[in-house]
Amino acid sequence: MIENVLLQIHEPGETPVPHAGDDALAIGIDLGTTNSVVAVSKGETPEVLRDENGKGLVPSVVAYAPDGSAIVGNLAKQLLLMRPETVVSSVKRLMGRGLSDVKSISGTLPFEVVEGEGMVRLKLAGRELTPVEISADILRALKERAEDQLKYKVEQAVITVPAYFDDAARTATKDAARLAGLEVLRLVNEPTAAALAYGLDQQAEGVYAVYDLGGGTFDLSLLRMEKGVFQVKSTGGDAALGGDDFDHAILEYFLEQRRETFGEEKLTTDDVKIALVTGRMAKECLTENDQGDFVLEFNGKTSKHTITRAKFEELATPLVERSIEICRNVLEDGDTFPDEVKGVVLVGGSTRVPLVRKRVGELFGQEPLADINPDEVVAVGAALQAEALTVGSDNLLLDVTPLSLGIETMGGIVEKVIQRNTPIPVAKAQEFTTYQDGQSAMAIHVLQGEREMVDQNRSLARFILKGIPPMTAGAARIKVTFSVDADGLLTVGAEEVTTGVSQEVAVKPSYGLSDEEMADMLRDSMVHAREDMEIRLLTEARVEAKRVMEAVYSALHIDGKLLNEDERSHINVVLNKLDEAIAGDDRHAINSMVEVLDRETQTFAQRRMDKGIEEALTGIDVKKLENAIGS
Amino acid sequence: MDALSSNMTLRNDQSGLHPCWSCKGPVAEADLFCETCHAVQPPGHIDHFARFGLHNSYDVDVDGLERKYFELQRHLHPDRFAKKTPKEKSLSQQQAVTLNEAFEALKDPLLRADYLLKVLGADGISHDHTVNDPALLMEAMETREALMEAESVEVVNDLTMKARRDVRDCVKQIAKAFADQNLEAARKLALRLKYLTKLLEETRQHKARLVMK
Repeated sequence: MIENVLLQIHEPGETPVPHAGDDALAIGIDLGTTNSVVAVSKGETPEVLRDENGKGLVPSVVAYAPDGSAIVGNLAKQLLLMRPETVVSSVKRLMGRGLSDVKSISGTLPFEVVEGEGMVRLKLAGRELTPVEISADILRALKERAEDQLKYKVEQAVITVPAYFDDAARTATKDAARLAGLEVLRLVNEPTAAALAYGLDQQAEGVYAVYDLGGGTFDLSLLRMEKGVFQVKSTGGDAALGGDDFDHAILEYFLEQRRETFGEEKLTTDDVKIALVTGRMAKECLTENDQGDFVLEFNGKTSKHTITRAKFEELATPLVERSIEICRNVLEDGDTFPDEVKGVVLVGGSTRVPLVRKRVGELFGQEPLADINPDEVVAVGAALQAEALTVGSDNLLLDVTPLSLGIETMGGIVEKVIQRNTPIPVAKAQEFTTYQDGQSAMAIHVLQGEREMVDQNRSLARFILKGIPPMTAGAARIKVTFSVDADGLLTVGAEEVTTGVSQEVAVKPSYGLSDEEMADMLRDSMVHAREDMEIRLLTEARVEAKRVMEAVYSALHIDGKLLNEDERSHINVVLNKLDEAIAGDDRHAINSMVEVLDRETQTFAQRRMDKGIEEALTGIDVKKLENAIGS
Repeated sequence: MDALSSNMTLRNDQSGLHPCWSCKGPVAEADLFCETCHAVQPPGHIDHFARFGLHNSYDVDVDGLERKYFELQRHLHPDRFAKKTPKEKSLSQQQAVTLNEAFEALKDPLLRADYLLKVLGADGISHDHTVNDPALLMEAMETREALMEAESVEVVNDLTMKARRDVRDCVKQIAKAFADQNLEAARKLALRLKYLTKLLEETRQHKARLVMK
């Protein structure tokens, strides 16, 4: 089916892509630790895209064939039991992480990591892959599912991330989308997407809490809804606490029992992968049942294990309490008492665990909402947001920074430049100074987190501002500016104010990919990389040319009387030529015709400015005049 | 050409108009969008009050301010520009950033006092860490002590209520001081508000500790 679409697109004589922004829908993707979901929304009616068996969930599991091709989803999950060395799951936990981070994630992890600097690499089927590449394979599969069902090429998406994802993990997610050939319209925080899905915008006013226990991350967010505006009040979480930890806890319990029978055993990464599947089965079983029996088999030895729900709850209690503690902190941050919360939305498959529901209910003093499938609710919200961004919407989402951002100062102390829970987009500047006479350079170390000391926070980036002229200590004024965009991504600039020496860096996380690595991967992953790039540039040229044309048309409509007939028809000729260029495929032709139009309308622009100024000085209301001319 | 452009600059300054970056037509400093081609404009060099169409006054109806903030964000937020050109996206981000900054500065009574002092040419209070007012120091010490000793939610609630009343009164007094153009008094009261705000925060934390025990 996809082939058909591609063939049509490349039919000779036709433009290779439909004109940008015409009717292509953007998709919403929940890129989850355990499962991913893709959805699309038309006319504010969201729909989860399902397979032929009606399943919306795509397991976030990837298997690699000997030729390097990726198999994603249920099939890969099945291969996990047969060929575990070629299969990877829960890779989201590693997004934007370095080797030391991975080693500090507690419990037995089913990853075989490669020693080295920078972003962590996994050994799979004899290859070394980064989490970004593996995530890109999952995204590609979701994109294909969408294209299969929607019957057109999908190029844009809203992708959700845990609210608590730091800058490195967000950047990694965006990189993965790029590799998969998707333009990210917006990264949206999962809890916010869940709230959107509940349509809390329409009827509900007041403060709502979203308790999101995903496979690998936990978030609690407080949102205020008012007249179609979703305002995130406060958010908090733990990027290393999730439903997977329940599976681990059960597995550790089983392994302890085995040790009593067989003594110490050496387990391979592959054994752990298989055993974790059993741990997950046990967790799911105990949601419905009071007790279950399970079997583990390694090294040719079989052991039987019985676990009751009471035992499971005993194992899960420390984990659930960690989440409850975070809830309390977020409530405090949001200046809200539990009884002021009007509703609690549950997100993530692990919120089906009865103990979780019970404790959340107790904290907020009410039954949590779970009308929408907690596994699909985030993707549904992402699809709604994708439609809002492309088609338009009455609703607006105002989000905040999940973590404070700062820079290192003397003595390894962090000076916060942007506090957590600040509305985004935001830009803030702070001045620092030199501490040595004649100091000509200054190292800027960017950090994210709430703690006082540098080594307790997450290091995002380091760069050096050079070329500071020699001055006495304390005389230089180094202004450091932090900008966070609507995706929550950070750019840092540094400037010596007295001389204007400046430097700006898009923060490339310490555990991110370098531009060269990214370029290599793009080359490897896309056979048609060059073509795709050409198409993108062409689309951009058309969008810009249309904007220029529309601006000139508006000006002609209002101020056309400032031109005589000859001048006007001359401009019309140029406009027509530009229109023809836009219909063609040559972006250079489009761009140069835009320049011609700009040149040919300069006199017109000057007359319009003169007229505006005259009117302003003589006190004529410009608007009235416009209306008079327009009528 | 040179004569013309210098002439234009001079006249621009008087009229407050400059050319729209997109259609080159005249736009005013405070315009968010060009009236002719509707392109979003860079944020104008105007103060936070003007951005919300307000006069430089301490008396701000915070609910009204918020409604206006939401309304402006509805038009200016980057989410409204996802399909536009990179230039328009970037301008929308600048506008939204400026708007967030202005809203943050005006909605909070303490930050608003600080900002208005600066707008009116006086020293703000943000970098003032020392308090020289003996009466205020004494009051602060006594209230803190009472809070530390509070073992029940009721006692903390009483302290919170009192602090809230004090904040409300202090805000009224600040408004009056600004209305009387007595900046020295306004500044002194703003420092008191700073302490009261901090106290309120502490009572909340103390209550949270008691409730959640």
